Amino acid sequence: MKFFVYRYNPDVDTAPHMQEYDVEVTRGMMLRDALMEIKRQDEAFAFRHSCGEGVCGSDAVNVNGSNLLGCTTPVSELKEPVNVRPLPGRPVIRDLVVDMSQFYQQYRAVKPYLIHKDPLPEQEILQSPEDRDKLDGLYECIMCGCCSTACPSFWWNPDKFHGPQALLQAWRFLADSRDQATEERLDALEGPYKLYRCHSIMNCVEYCPKSLNPTKAIGKIKELMLKHSI
Amino acid sequence: MTLARRRFDALIIGAGGAGLNAALQLANANLRVAVVSKVFPTRSHTVAAQGGVNAALANVFEDNWHWHMFDTVKGSDYLGDQDAIEYMCREAIPTVYELEHNGVPFSRLDNGKIYQRAFGGQSQNFGGAQAARTCAAADRTGHAILHTLYQQNIRARTHFFDEYFGVELIRDSEGAILGALTLEIETGEPLLIEAKTTLLATGGCGQVFRTTSNAHINTGDGMAMALRAGVPLMDMEFFQFHPTGIAGRGMLITEGVRGEGGYLVNKDGERFMERYAPNAKDLASRDVVARAIVTEVKEGRGCGPNADHVLLKVDHLGEDIIAKRLPGIRESSKIFAGVDPAVEPIPVFPTAHYVMGGIPTDRLGHVVVPASDGSEQIVPGLYAAGECACVSVHGANRLGGNSLLDILVFGRAAGQQIIDHLKDDPEHKTMDETAVEQAVARLTRWEQPGEGISVRELRDEFRKVMEDHAGVFRTDDIMSEGVAKVKALREKLKDVRLGDQSKVFNTARIEALELENLIDIGMAIVLSALERKESRGAHSRPDYTERDDANWLKHSVYFKEGDRLDYKPVQTKPLTVDTFPPKPRVY
Repeated sequence: MKFFVYRYNPDVDTAPHMQEYDVEVTRGMMLRDALMEIKRQDEAFAFRHSCGEGVCGSDAVNVNGSNLLGCTTPVSELKEPVNVRPLPGRPVIRDLVVDMSQFYQQYRAVKPYLIHKDPLPEQEILQSPEDRDKLDGLYECIMCGCCSTACPSFWWNPDKFHGPQALLQAWRFLADSRDQATEERLDALEGPYKLYRCHSIMNCVEYCPKSLNPTKAIGKIKELMLKHSI
Repeated sequence: MTLARRRFDALIIGAGGAGLNAALQLANANLRVAVVSKVFPTRSHTVAAQGGVNAALANVFEDNWHWHMFDTVKGSDYLGDQDAIEYMCREAIPTVYELEHNGVPFSRLDNGKIYQRAFGGQSQNFGGAQAARTCAAADRTGHAILHTLYQQNIRARTHFFDEYFGVELIRDSEGAILGALTLEIETGEPLLIEAKTTLLATGGCGQVFRTTSNAHINTGDGMAMALRAGVPLMDMEFFQFHPTGIAGRGMLITEGVRGEGGYLVNKDGERFMERYAPNAKDLASRDVVARAIVTEVKEGRGCGPNADHVLLKVDHLGEDIIAKRLPGIRESSKIFAGVDPAVEPIPVFPTAHYVMGGIPTDRLGHVVVPASDGSEQIVPGLYAAGECACVSVHGANRLGGNSLLDILVFGRAAGQQIIDHLKDDPEHKTMDETAVEQAVARLTRWEQPGEGISVRELRDEFRKVMEDHAGVFRTDDIMSEGVAKVKALREKLKDVRLGDQSKVFNTARIEALELENLIDIGMAIVLSALERKESRGAHSRPDYTERDDANWLKHSVYFKEGDRLDYKPVQTKPLTVDTFPPKPRVY
């Protein structure tokens, strides 16, 4: 199978180029396996990867225009020619490795941690199974970046718009019955950019490898904002 | 070239559960703490833990920490230190509540309390009925815990050095650890971090084996750094093969599947665990179940065209339970085995999963070197916690659900201990420049030009050797050959060259440094295994089939210098309760 892979090493290259590799496909081969095979052929090729089972979120790349995880994408599902590029819109450090700092900054900006103000009980804070169910589809985010780097609003304003990943996490805490900082969280989302740059294009939903739905979460935040302002 | 330097009160290498829980204690105490991690923290392998964390909360069935302690001692095949096990099982309860308070989205029972499931090796009342002690967030407990700890560290403003690789500890002539040399992966520049205390929390080393549930990053870096600094590794022959890896691939299928009621069958459809463990059946200890599966396959009762695996049956649990309690393994089974467990059984075979051994520590997290007179010498300034450490709470076999517990309890304990140490505001010791030069030499070695063996080639060969010679069943012949082969590979390492000498994000350079670490650890494993002439826990020898308490109720201690082995006694005296004396271990 032929792979065309984006290559750029700032130490030696003046400009990026696509390089062709031939990989012998084995049964059950994932894209990550193919990339590891390419690295066997060419040790100078760089990409991030770790767990190999879709939970660490290291190996998000862009293939033929779609953001996906290398380790959970069977090569048999890919259309030839296979063009593998770094995630769009992020500065390239080398080959498929991009600088994700702004993505992480946006995550930190939503205060992605539980804020519980009452005195803590000696045992667990009780939560009904129904309330806990509200966190399903939110807490499973692996921070791979497939969503935010597929979002045109994030391409334009990565410094001001939180992006789908961070907003999904903003809702994860707003939706948690144990969290007691709703007011502050909503106040912090005011303004034209942080939340409201989302125009429901829904690329995030299309590309989330964990089948999460940031657009829906953003809708819920907007609803709550509306109630809050009345 | 001048070497960049930074100074901190505390340096933590590794940002998994142990490192982050320690960091959280330190940051909350307003100390200057640097957390160095070769990957962004939420990519650490704690993220992959599925089933849960053990604590005798008694939310489902009656339970107490003393029963948990009994199960852990028995599970360890009596090689665990009973003082440390008592401490861990007691601390489990406040530790899980603290996690919950920090935001972990645990699954819930109808009364609003944390959901607990049955896991292997758990009992009520010292060997009685099955207990339900494993606190779970569906089957993504590690992910839920790791993300929560990272989030709390964001709140506490911990200082992270993301994508920095720990190269070498700096140890002065008096034996004190003064910090570590690190490498910024993005720029390829070295950075010396001077610290009053250094905590190794670098996780496991499953990458020594070819088929493993462990991530690409689990290369035992901290263990190997300790070895090279003259610190031994303890009990390295005890490596856990998880019974249910996806056949041929190695990805983990949690024990929680069997805890929820799944069971194993051979090609005849027989529930074969009934023969091996009449009482606990599929929820016997992991070593017992892994051996049973290998035996079934060896004796011709394996499934599939090559008769090389067994099947894990889940479909009888029904769609609802599977969707609610096991969504992650359903996803993995579909992707990697091509089966939906709600319809078809999952093909499974044991996979290299967890190292019980590691850097010897006391139960407060101090790294200790056993002296010949049976006493222990603390290594000044050095701490270790998590899978890279050996307290020892797992002895010869770890129970499912005790790994997340270990990293959290001892990560926190190490953090607290470091705070106590720093309270007196000690000075930074004078940097030992000779030691720094030696550490830098480890990097410059890879700048040697010329043709040679590639890192990949040697890494592939080494991992195959380990799989063939240090697997589930071990005989003298197989292991002697393994030792000879690993020694030969260690020699070959000198001839390995890097073709890519560029600086920016050179992952080939990182993999070269990791390969050195893997081979040092591989040697510790094969030598410790060859010498232990008994069968205990995960170390199973067809040529010495019985446990031999008279001669072998002791910890192995391997030193890199001269490939020397020593032994130290097991601590059989708990803190407050009576000793659990060794008994035949049946499930």
